[in-house]
Amino acid sequence: MADNSFSRRELLRSAALAGLLLPAAGTLSACATPAGGGGSTPATQATGAKSAANPLGIAEDKPFEVVIFDGGYGDAYAKNIHEPLFNTKHAKVQIKHTATKEIAKTLQPRFAGGNPPEFINNSGDNSMDFGALAQDGQLQDLTELLDAPSWDDPNVKVRDTILPAAIELGTLDGKYCVLEYANTVWGIWYSKKLFDDNGWQVPKTWDEFTALCETIKKSGKCAPFTYAGKHPFYIYETILTLAAKIGGVDVLKNIDNLADGAWKAEPIAKAAGAFADLGAKYLLQGTEGLDHIQTQTAHNKYKVAMLPCGSWLENEQKDSTPSDFGYSMFPLPSFTDADALPYGTVHSRPGEEYFVAAKSANPRAGMEYMRAMLSKEGAGKFSELLSTLTVVKGAAEGRTLSSGLASASTALQNAGTNTTYFRFRQWYQPLHDEVAAATGQLMSGRLKVAEWADRCQKKADEIKNDSSVKKFTR
Amino acid sequence: MAIRARAVTDRKQMSYVPLGFRAALGRFAMTHRTDYTRARFIAGFLAVPVLLYLIYVISPYAQAFYIAMTNWRGVSATPQFVGLENFQRLLGDGVFWTAVGHNALLLVLLPLLTIAIALFFAFLLNVAGESGGVSGIWGARFYRVVFFFPQVLAVAIVAVLFQQVFRPDKSGMLNAPLMALGLEPVGFLSNPDVAFWSILGVLVWQAVGFYVVLFSAGMASIPREMFEAARIDGAGRVQLFFQVTLPLLWDTVQVGLIYLGIAALDVFAIVWVMTAEHGGPDHSTTVMAAEIYRNAFQYFRFGYASALGVVLFFFTVAFAVLAMRLSRRDRIEF
Repeated sequence: MADNSFSRRELLRSAALAGLLLPAAGTLSACATPAGGGGSTPATQATGAKSAANPLGIAEDKPFEVVIFDGGYGDAYAKNIHEPLFNTKHAKVQIKHTATKEIAKTLQPRFAGGNPPEFINNSGDNSMDFGALAQDGQLQDLTELLDAPSWDDPNVKVRDTILPAAIELGTLDGKYCVLEYANTVWGIWYSKKLFDDNGWQVPKTWDEFTALCETIKKSGKCAPFTYAGKHPFYIYETILTLAAKIGGVDVLKNIDNLADGAWKAEPIAKAAGAFADLGAKYLLQGTEGLDHIQTQTAHNKYKVAMLPCGSWLENEQKDSTPSDFGYSMFPLPSFTDADALPYGTVHSRPGEEYFVAAKSANPRAGMEYMRAMLSKEGAGKFSELLSTLTVVKGAAEGRTLSSGLASASTALQNAGTNTTYFRFRQWYQPLHDEVAAATGQLMSGRLKVAEWADRCQKKADEIKNDSSVKKFTR
Repeated sequence: MAIRARAVTDRKQMSYVPLGFRAALGRFAMTHRTDYTRARFIAGFLAVPVLLYLIYVISPYAQAFYIAMTNWRGVSATPQFVGLENFQRLLGDGVFWTAVGHNALLLVLLPLLTIAIALFFAFLLNVAGESGGVSGIWGARFYRVVFFFPQVLAVAIVAVLFQQVFRPDKSGMLNAPLMALGLEPVGFLSNPDVAFWSILGVLVWQAVGFYVVLFSAGMASIPREMFEAARIDGAGRVQLFFQVTLPLLWDTVQVGLIYLGIAALDVFAIVWVMTAEHGGPDHSTTVMAAEIYRNAFQYFRFGYASALGVVLFFFTVAFAVLAMRLSRRDRIEF
């Protein structure tokens, strides 16, 4: 028995050690080295003769693959609108349609293996990092698409049918390579019915805004304000837009360019301070622990009056919105008379990224597919189906728009050229995460404005000094 | 190590083989020819597992060590070698060290709490009964099944479930009664000072059931006479637990400690699914595995993530060595 006891202890130890090592191995083995040799462009990429009907010169008999992110927009728009539209001009080209919720998990191995699909809707939580893709030369240069005649009118170039901001945002390293298709407008959303019933007016100045919050709070009918507490992006977006309104577009440009002290600029401190006050006084109880769906549903149930969001909101909430809710949005109120940008300024940003894989077998077909998407028909039907504006100028005209989309569309029109946006979220995700984390703490009062700015600045400096991170400028 | 474990298992099982058969085996192994046959027989059995182990365990390790010294971002086919740059950066990565701190805290608290609670329950279910003999409290069979429930649920389900339990409004199972009493709701997952303890609570909740069953089995193998003798000598429940049950169960408890230690270093899904900002709010619940995942699959810094993985590897090995040192203790024979 003595011999047995020894072996038993040995067994336990060995088994424990084996058990220890295996899970760690699991963590690591997820990263396998890339298949060598897939780095170069495939030897033959399909091409065809260029003609008026085929300005990009695609091969009329070669198939290609369309990968759609099956998220908020679903994949029906590609299947029922864009793909049939493409086939009206190129009947013989077969389209392989793939829809996935996990873009990176599905496609990253294919990129590493040198076998990527042609057309990719790189979106969602699990999207691939554009910086990494650009760094590795995986993005097809789309300049040729911009200079091609548009789908609808051979005398007008594609470049002239879309918003200039879309081209600017789609340009990485001086090369236009990402199609930003949907156009998002941000603002403060409210229920027209709730406001009308109570005689509440849309505020145009910050003082009116805080006065309205006070009135709503005192009325006891609902909480004045909330945001997606679990995803502080929703509120830092608003802070940065207000900062741009106070100090001008350069405030956000400096942040994007990782300029020294960009986060410590006066307008940013003012905007952050204003929202920190709002957070201390007027938030829906429990906001910091609720996510976007929970707060938006509370909004639909008239438990809270206002929340900041982008124009996808109406579509996202379509199943839980009462029919007479009357979604509407207003632009951020003016902070003082001395604001650099006038009332009506909105954060508007082309989003929802699509790209063509440069090292795929048939990239020209992917570009031609984009040309179809940018037609009036392709874009207009997209807007109608998904209550979302696109970057195609005037595509929504004559289409029936829902109340929220109509108000977003009006806000954008009123803003004219006074639009702002920032790009660091896409360029430097670690900075986005840090700003989000710090802003959550700012709103719950655990960080003072100066501490918040310190943290954001520290992370920005860290990224600036990190030679392994590719830098972008605008 | 797995191979060694297997070899030891073989040896252990040998002792249960009927004596006559063992003797026959010994005679069989006398001649040279059979030596060769036996070697071939063993090699035949070992070849496949060793090969699989090399391909799926050892080679990913080796690759991770190499990737850790590149700036690979996941999509390129030709990563660049950057030496120890990733490790240098890691030293200044505050978030990663926060994660290490959380893992260290879990490493101490998770085994202690889980084992304490599981021992208490197992004792109640098996030994602490009122009736004259050695039996569990009333309803022990039923509780044993109930305690095991959390083990049956998938981790992701547990995480989603507890998101609802911890909700900070009137729909939250814990906050609803608080708010009904007119108290402020507790931000179980939204207050950075509380969130970590909520995670620990869920981890303990999930683990206890398994160890109750494990310790119950351990207690069942302790001879009844020992308890009865102690009872006759006038031992109360407390003495019965500390003087009889615990010493006789020490081997099983050790196994529990080591496995819970592994679990503490390996925490991921609960944190990733349950918390805001995946390890937040404000990095207050993040763990090493979450940082590795974030860097690899969200930031696409595969090289850096592998460097973090290499560090995790050394932490795990260090824990293994430490655990083996500490678990050297004489056994009580029975």
